[in-house]
Amino acid sequence: MSSNLNTKGVIGIFDDPETVISAAQKARKNGWRKFDVYTPFPVHGLSEAIGIPRSKIPWVTFLAGLAGGSFGFMLQAWTSAVDWPINIGGKPFVSWPAFIPVTFELTILIAGLSTAAALFVTCGLPKLNEKPMALSLTDDEFGLFVPATEVGFNRDAVTQFLKEANANEVRDVQE
Amino acid sequence: MKHNTNAAEYLEPEPHPADSLTYDQVTRDVCAPLERVPGRGWWMAFSGALGLLTIGLISIYKLVTTGIGVWGLNNTIGWAYDITNFVFWIGIGHAGTLISAILFLFRQKWRTAINRSAEAMTIFAVMTAGLFPLLHTGRPWLAFWLFPYPNTRGSLWVNFRSPLLWDVFAVSTYFTISAVFWYIGLIPDIATVRDRARNKIRRVIYGALSMGWTGSMRNWMHYEMVYLILAGLSTPLVLSVHSIVSFDFAVSVIPGWHTTIFPPYFVAGAIFSGFAMVMTLLIIVRKVVHLEEYITVRHLENMCKIIMATGLMVGYAYASEFFIAWYSGSPYEQFTFVNRAFGPYAWAYWTMVSCNVFIPQVFWFKKMRTNLTIMFIISIFVNIGMWFERFVIIVTSLHRGFLPSEWSYFTPTIWDIGLLIGSFGIFFTLFLLFTRVLPMIAMAEIKSILPFKRKGGVEYGTHEDVV
Repeated sequence: MSSNLNTKGVIGIFDDPETVISAAQKARKNGWRKFDVYTPFPVHGLSEAIGIPRSKIPWVTFLAGLAGGSFGFMLQAWTSAVDWPINIGGKPFVSWPAFIPVTFELTILIAGLSTAAALFVTCGLPKLNEKPMALSLTDDEFGLFVPATEVGFNRDAVTQFLKEANANEVRDVQE
Repeated sequence: MKHNTNAAEYLEPEPHPADSLTYDQVTRDVCAPLERVPGRGWWMAFSGALGLLTIGLISIYKLVTTGIGVWGLNNTIGWAYDITNFVFWIGIGHAGTLISAILFLFRQKWRTAINRSAEAMTIFAVMTAGLFPLLHTGRPWLAFWLFPYPNTRGSLWVNFRSPLLWDVFAVSTYFTISAVFWYIGLIPDIATVRDRARNKIRRVIYGALSMGWTGSMRNWMHYEMVYLILAGLSTPLVLSVHSIVSFDFAVSVIPGWHTTIFPPYFVAGAIFSGFAMVMTLLIIVRKVVHLEEYITVRHLENMCKIIMATGLMVGYAYASEFFIAWYSGSPYEQFTFVNRAFGPYAWAYWTMVSCNVFIPQVFWFKKMRTNLTIMFIISIFVNIGMWFERFVIIVTSLHRGFLPSEWSYFTPTIWDIGLLIGSFGIFFTLFLLFTRVLPMIAMAEIKSILPFKRKGGVEYGTHEDVV
């Protein structure tokens, strides 16, 4: 194993989505679990090939929506019936049908903002200091990156693997 | 992979950009307007927009320093141009959300070429719209009173039973969520612009805006989920916004306003006017920034169809209002509608009906739906017609009160007109700046609907084959 200490991993650059999908499938068969593929757009079938589990963000949306709606309704009920009740012709203080629009809007607002926040948290954004591994990965190329922390990582074996998987270019990524 | 979220996989031939495009060509074409000195067309449009904006700023200055007495409002007609403009601009925004969220959920592939600019239009239209209620308060620096916050006056709370307050929540939520949805859609494309940047300043600015997006598949997976959820949230949201705007009128007891048809009628009208505005903008912009290969005539033809369909819906609403006025047996309601069509504002009413119902009928003919000049002219007519629709609803219902002694007529002052013109200035200025600094077409989405191919364009399969 000839890897030097500051190697972050090895990346293979591919020309097209189909080749990178089959490379990812093989990599998964190798027992690799930490590798990642960098693509300019979401390639369908790739997350299955890598074996990424389904996102749990919908739960964030659901719970935040629930919280936003409850907060919205309780805010209205509390201000109208508890904090400053105003008797208007004997009408009910908690006139709930009138509270529906604001409850709905706050449900959407809190759910939407929390969903966006959840995206940033799960993706570790913003990560402004991270250098892109190759500029073409946001343009027209696809990079399969095997980190040095990968199960049974061996620089030469990985390089060989990526070359055999038809990568255009294989190189080390330095820290 | 059925749960995947990107545009339609199942609906064939839909108009989308030419299949001969390659990934790197998409990047080059879409980034080109951002990376070159703008041409004469852009500068001409921009200086025109700045001119209108100046008129608007002068009108706002006059209004804020003097008071809303500079407008043509009177005791009978307390709402006129201001609220007309507000409803008009909010409505314009709705087409953007329809394209970006609703067509996304319906897996309409063709939307990918136009959704970014339509969403930008939404955001700028809502910003423009929001200005009018703020200015109408007369003291916009106290506009924060509209929100419920603990204060030293009690706390004295806002009136949660007022449709005007529902509007505050609806419009501010709509703006916030639309902006978030738009920005999240932009992140990968901004990263593309960042990676193409030739100088440091560009790299830093776009780098910060892209939040350091790398295009990792592990991130994309969450990203697609979030995009789908935001589309799902925006869909009921957009329907709620114009419904709530219509409650401003429908919840009152003014004949002509107090009708149950208002929410769907307003939503249909909003989409109608919004599509007309998208069409007006895109016909110009695709030419100015050379994106004809992406925003094709087939996109515009689809929009013509939507315009015609929603135009018929508003036509149906106009007719059913008359029917219900007669059928209800309410003399007040009947008077209002007869007065609308044959009273002092008959000119406005028939302008509205001609522009919204009669003129769009030419779109029955394919020749007309594919003729850019005709489309452009008709989209302008629809814009005019939909502005008049709101004017007719608001002013004709108010100008004849229950007592003849309060009958009145609204004549706009120069400041009313100046602010209307200025609102177009605000909108166009923002939109033109957007076309210069952000990718106008969702590159990542376009790439994901292109057939798989190697660099150089040898095609050998589509997503379905692989998945």
